[in-house]
Amino acid sequence: MTDQELAEFVRSTLIKVAPDLESEVFAPDKDFREQFEIDSMDMLNFIVALHQATGIDIPERDYNKLVSLSGCVAYLRAKGYGQ
Amino acid sequence: MIEFRMPSLGADMDAGTLVEWLKKPGDPVRHGDIMAVVETQKGAIEIEVFDDGVLDQILTKPGEKVPVGHVIATIRGADEPPGEGPLPVGAPPPPPTAASAMPPASKVTPPPPVECPTRQISVTPAARHRAAELGIDLGQIEPGPDGIIGLDQIEAAKRPPPPEPERKPAGISFEEMRKAIAAAMAKSHREIPHYYVSSTIDVSLLMGWLEAENERRSLPARLLYAVPLIRALALALAETPELNGHYIDGRFLPATHVNMGIAVAMRGGGLIAPAIAKVEALTMDAMMDKLRDLVGRVRSGRLRSSELSEGTVTFSNLGEDTADEVLPIIYPPQVAIIGCGKIAKRPWVSEGSLVVRRTLTVSVAGDHRVSDGRRAARFLSRFEQLLKSPEAL
Amino acid sequence: MTKVRKITYRDAVREALIEALERDPRVFLMGEDVGRYGGAYACSKGMLERFGEERIRDTPLSESGFVGAGIGAALGGMRPIVEVMTVNFSLLALDQIVNNAATLRHMSGGQFSVPIVIRMATGAGRQLAAQHSHSFECWYAHVPGIKVLAPATIADARGMLWPALLDPDPVIIFEHATLYNDEGEIAEEGDLSVDIERAATRRAGRDATVITYGGSVKKALAAAEMLADDGISCEVIDLRSLRPLDDETIIASVKRTHRAVIVDEGWRSGSLAAEISARITEQALYALDAPVARVCSVEVPIPYPRHLEIAATPQPESIAAAVKGVLRR
Repeated sequence: MTDQELAEFVRSTLIKVAPDLESEVFAPDKDFREQFEIDSMDMLNFIVALHQATGIDIPERDYNKLVSLSGCVAYLRAKGYGQ
Repeated sequence: MIEFRMPSLGADMDAGTLVEWLKKPGDPVRHGDIMAVVETQKGAIEIEVFDDGVLDQILTKPGEKVPVGHVIATIRGADEPPGEGPLPVGAPPPPPTAASAMPPASKVTPPPPVECPTRQISVTPAARHRAAELGIDLGQIEPGPDGIIGLDQIEAAKRPPPPEPERKPAGISFEEMRKAIAAAMAKSHREIPHYYVSSTIDVSLLMGWLEAENERRSLPARLLYAVPLIRALALALAETPELNGHYIDGRFLPATHVNMGIAVAMRGGGLIAPAIAKVEALTMDAMMDKLRDLVGRVRSGRLRSSELSEGTVTFSNLGEDTADEVLPIIYPPQVAIIGCGKIAKRPWVSEGSLVVRRTLTVSVAGDHRVSDGRRAARFLSRFEQLLKSPEAL
Repeated sequence: MTKVRKITYRDAVREALIEALERDPRVFLMGEDVGRYGGAYACSKGMLERFGEERIRDTPLSESGFVGAGIGAALGGMRPIVEVMTVNFSLLALDQIVNNAATLRHMSGGQFSVPIVIRMATGAGRQLAAQHSHSFECWYAHVPGIKVLAPATIADARGMLWPALLDPDPVIIFEHATLYNDEGEIAEEGDLSVDIERAATRRAGRDATVITYGGSVKKALAAAEMLADDGISCEVIDLRSLRPLDDETIIASVKRTHRAVIVDEGWRSGSLAAEISARITEQALYALDAPVARVCSVEVPIPYPRHLEIAATPQPESIAAAVKGVLRR
């Protein structure tokens, strides 16, 4: 998968959890939580959805790597997803 | 015959618009069943019934706005006969017996005569029956091009439900919601003498325990830190009952259970605090599930009336990422609210040395007519103590 | 999964006859051309060779005579299957059927019963002209003391005969002449007897109930297919038993769909459709969104030329039009 495809995958996973964000523009390096008022419940649901879609186990200490689109893409690559 | 009335869904609500009935006359109803959907300033709320019986008559039509307390339907006991009134429903004929000879004339009860409209129209029996069932006046219905009123015409005449508020919060009227919040908060500020007590707590132990817990749990089973906090709050409230209950008509009514309102911010600026019932009896896993479900339903706009009216105290964790301290305003008729800021690393003194600890500032707002700062301080102290043994929560 | 095989309606009738003769030595077949000719519709082909003259009996050209003889045999303890070539010729045996077979149990105070099965071909569609295209099922369905069956499917053609023979009273089985060449699937083994009292829902639907029997069932199903393209969902009920009628199935369906169309190849005046319509009015009036519609043969002697015969009898197009009519579309 290209970076763009990965980013789209991450974005669509987040949209599943927060469908009202469908039409929003995502600044790739900005923290979601600041851009869109995403709270801890949304983040947890998003991380669970990522886990269910990719099979990657995500320990709690890694959560703060997943707070932006680019952060997620880098993390997934590092875990070998989307090769 | 029991009267089912428009419930109050908040201190500031005085009327509601009936959007949709989810039961029809003749349906059995049981305690806890959802009867209808009502539109309020806070969005679409499902209202529950607290009796057992059979729905007798519907008195409020979809689209009508009625004041709180207005009788919107009647419920009869399982053995009572259907009520008299403008909209009785015809009884269906009994099933026929298969016969090889002439079939017996079965008893059919025709629907009651509906007022004859002045113009000459033809109405099919099925349409007549359905109109009576729905409470639609046949005189108001346009016949089809052939002059006949049939089921199609009745279906078209059913008042289309008002466009459902979009399930995405962006669709809910934030104007209305802000007005409602403004009214509630103004009332609270006006009428409730607030006092505040804050305490900054070392939560390193709690967070350490939680991290270890979550490490050994699979992702979908992990807990948010709010969960042990809520649990500890519920247990601490057992010792300061004057922080848990309702103040109504000059009297404080302490509650037997802790129904904890959870303040949830909606994207776009709305705010709502539906309650999770009996949190003192929930395990942390159960509470996590309920929290997840509740927040999900806030996002999709589908809450229940009991969740909005039965909270006995509220918890606001809205500061979780941003503020050091939150000083919230009590939701009437409750008598207290607890706010938490973010977990921050702060310098701390422990056994004479300077260390860095993860800390949390908790504030309690209390209704001074019912409690005072000492009671609140005791509550916080007990709360802090409970958090020192998270595995016992 | 049951193993199935493909046979024709005619084969199914023959298999049912063979099964009956093998299972009960009291059963025998009698009628015009059933033996040496193998049956006017080839239903008993090969059976004379297999079962012999005593059990496959060619009769003279005298319906009143041989139906009477069959009644006598039944009274005497046999289990005759009397084949009347078509319902058109059964008129000559009406007195035997109505005044003897149907009444002897009653008139003898229960001392005698007439366990006879009479099979008749029926209906129009093969350009056999006015005297040979009747549908008189409704006349027989009018008479207390007999049962009337109309197998419209291979499974029913195979499975109705044995239960009919078990019945201690007269049973008349109508085989629509256009069905004999139809092919269908049937289970390879096991008991193939079917219920002979209930109607069957051949197609489930929401918008209207089409009630019919015999040769009209496949026309009703064809109409339902056509209507499905227009977004109309028809329920098709195959009556199977014309006397007694399965009111329960009919009424339950009409109460759900609110509209009924009855397809009956007989003429509308005094038809079986009229009887069913009356029952629907009696038992489900307040559920109806339109008057009960009937699709019947035009009230003329059935024409001989093919295009006129088609015009005079129910067809998928006229059935579909009637359904649209009750839907007011």
